Amino acid sequence: MTRPSPESLAQRAAAQRSAPPAATSAQTAPVAATGAQSLVKSLEALGVEVVFGIPGGAILPAYDPLFDSKLRHILVRHEQGGGHAATGYAQATGKVGVCMATSGPGATNLVTPIADAYMDSVPLVAITGQVARPAIGTDAFQEADIQGITLPITKHNFLVQSPDDLPRVLAEAFHLAATGRPGPVLVDIPKDVLQAQTTFSWPPALDLPGYRPTLHPHGKQIREAARLIMAARRPVLYVGGGVLKAQATEALRELAELTGIPVVTTLMARGAFPDSHTQHVGMPGMHGTVSAVYALQRSDLLITLGARFDDRVTGKLDSFAPDAQVIHADIDPAEIGKNRHADVPIVGDVKHVLEELIAALKAETHPAREEWWAQLNDLRTRYPLGWEEPEDGTLAPQYVIKRLGEIAGPDAVYVAGVGQHQMWASQFISYEKPATWLNSGGLGTMGYAVPAAMGAKVARPDAVVWAIDGDGCFQMTNQELATCALEGIPIKVAVINNGNLGMVRQWQTLFYDSRYSNTDLGTHKHRIPDFVKLAEALGCIGMRCESAEDVDKTIEAAMAINDAPVVIDFVVGKDAMVWPMVAAGTSNDEIQFARGVRPTFDEDDL
Amino acid sequence: MSKHTLSVLVENKPGVLARVAGLFSRRGFNIDSLAVGETEHPEVSRITVVVNADEQPLEQVTKQLNKLVNVLKIVELEPSTAVQRELLLVKVRADRPVRSQVLETVELFRAKVVDVAPDALTIEATGTAEKLDALLRDLEPYGIKEMVQSGLVAIGRGSRSITANPALRLAA
Repeated sequence: MTRPSPESLAQRAAAQRSAPPAATSAQTAPVAATGAQSLVKSLEALGVEVVFGIPGGAILPAYDPLFDSKLRHILVRHEQGGGHAATGYAQATGKVGVCMATSGPGATNLVTPIADAYMDSVPLVAITGQVARPAIGTDAFQEADIQGITLPITKHNFLVQSPDDLPRVLAEAFHLAATGRPGPVLVDIPKDVLQAQTTFSWPPALDLPGYRPTLHPHGKQIREAARLIMAARRPVLYVGGGVLKAQATEALRELAELTGIPVVTTLMARGAFPDSHTQHVGMPGMHGTVSAVYALQRSDLLITLGARFDDRVTGKLDSFAPDAQVIHADIDPAEIGKNRHADVPIVGDVKHVLEELIAALKAETHPAREEWWAQLNDLRTRYPLGWEEPEDGTLAPQYVIKRLGEIAGPDAVYVAGVGQHQMWASQFISYEKPATWLNSGGLGTMGYAVPAAMGAKVARPDAVVWAIDGDGCFQMTNQELATCALEGIPIKVAVINNGNLGMVRQWQTLFYDSRYSNTDLGTHKHRIPDFVKLAEALGCIGMRCESAEDVDKTIEAAMAINDAPVVIDFVVGKDAMVWPMVAAGTSNDEIQFARGVRPTFDEDDL
Repeated sequence: MSKHTLSVLVENKPGVLARVAGLFSRRGFNIDSLAVGETEHPEVSRITVVVNADEQPLEQVTKQLNKLVNVLKIVELEPSTAVQRELLLVKVRADRPVRSQVLETVELFRAKVVDVAPDALTIEATGTAEKLDALLRDLEPYGIKEMVQSGLVAIGRGSRSITANPALRLAA
């Protein structure tokens, strides 16, 4: 427990009070308004461009002033789609994504995207209608205690008790969502609060006395970190999604090049450091590269930047990086020491941390660490990412994804669902820039890709946006293609259709004696649904590709279409597996390069 | 595992207790005792939580508590430097033959009788958990008909005050 001095707390509190809301427009004199008008005016004043939502009884008053607003409202087909779209929008821009739903089932349909945004620290504001104040707690029609339901999956949430509170609550919600460790914030507004008369004025004063994120790292910790970095023989920069959130990729590159230290980027950090850079040794974790996994395991110093020692990265925790000291920099003090003891804890915005580390290390002469690099380069050469062509002559899913990345290039935005195709998309596409790789990392939400791609395309209309989805995932949220078709959001979807819940099937192959219980979706055997016809029915252009020679021209045909969403049904083999793999619950040292193939490490040099 | 007493200063708003209590259960902590009340500043409430936990998980739950937007400050109160009290109300069987003995016990523990019935006495006592346990042990042979205990409340010794902190914005 830290006990800062009263003086320092007073300073921080004063700074907090005077801090303006996230994106304040000009000051507005008080005007008479309904709660609903106050809500829409507040969103406008906060600089919101787009809201993804669906109206319904309790939120209905808000949709009337929205009709006249310059705000773009995108009518989605399912609230879950609206939530993921807001997440995709936020992930592609760093701005706060906004979604809106009515009470009861509208609000509960937002639970999955809110939980998803919570796990991946996405700035999201969800606005829900609630039954009128006198009806709360009476099991009224379409009543659900969404504030209670979302307590564990929001950074904070509000039930608005008075229309007079709306501007302040919304400004606080946006401030909380976007600052510190970003996250979702829910604002639940009873119908009679929306209907009541109030006055609107802007900007409101924020009232968040208990919220004071630490942005600037402690100088002593920076000096200690710099000392360990200079002394380390086998250091690794273990880079997580926080580096992207802090928009610190330039600073990361500068530190990496200054020190010559190898970099690994987690699933949430793909694109934070260029894949093509010689110092990038890959993604660590369950399906990481041998070189990245080995780098962490044999390291003597982990320089952890905005990463959280997730179980998918560490494998069996007590055998993870056994010889490493740990520098752990994160804006969330609760992440430090949660899973792994930190020898040098640094609380702060990772951009400031990186800048101060650079300043502390600039004057030093950095060792070449040739032995360490020789080991890592040897592993990179001997165990590159790859795949074996399927013996049954079917199309290799890895080939499709690799070609997609090569043809669409490093400026496109790639949005994956969850499963095998997600891992391949992380492995076989080269990410060179931040915010070009969007996925559901923490929650692992199947169905994320199509709506998140829709949100990303709304945020960045000039970018090519590819959803890379599985046939299982695609069937969970493809209804949003209708939204894309009608709203002019021409995303491209590559359905990596192996006819099965592929990752589950892979586990059944490996751990359940090839007993394929309930993983065959019938999209091969029966072609139900026919994804080409489905795409066409949803107002998209549908294509199918079943052989390697057609892959390029199908992708190129899709790339040439810019006025409609495109869906390609890539019919691929069902037996392809994701390798390398560290089986769940085992040590990273047990990594298999391919089925039954354990890499040999050259231990003599250690 | 050992017992820890946390004083959690929170904004006095609806739902804050649920956030704090929910966080303990979500992170796998069992709350031994919990007491809530307003402080000398009506906009600030004070939650006193007693948990049985090891140092490391306790540090984690404290950090998670600190992340709650409505939590203003958390202080761990050490038994040696704080006054800790619980309140006990206990209804004891006490008919004529044993009544004077029960009253003697009440006297001994500096407790007091707050209600009298022909065959029972209701006794109020405050003190540390140990003192109240000892009182209950002594009363047990007469027959305890009903009892209720408050959560523990605690305050640091000396003149320093954990609520005298400008960051709490108490002047506003």
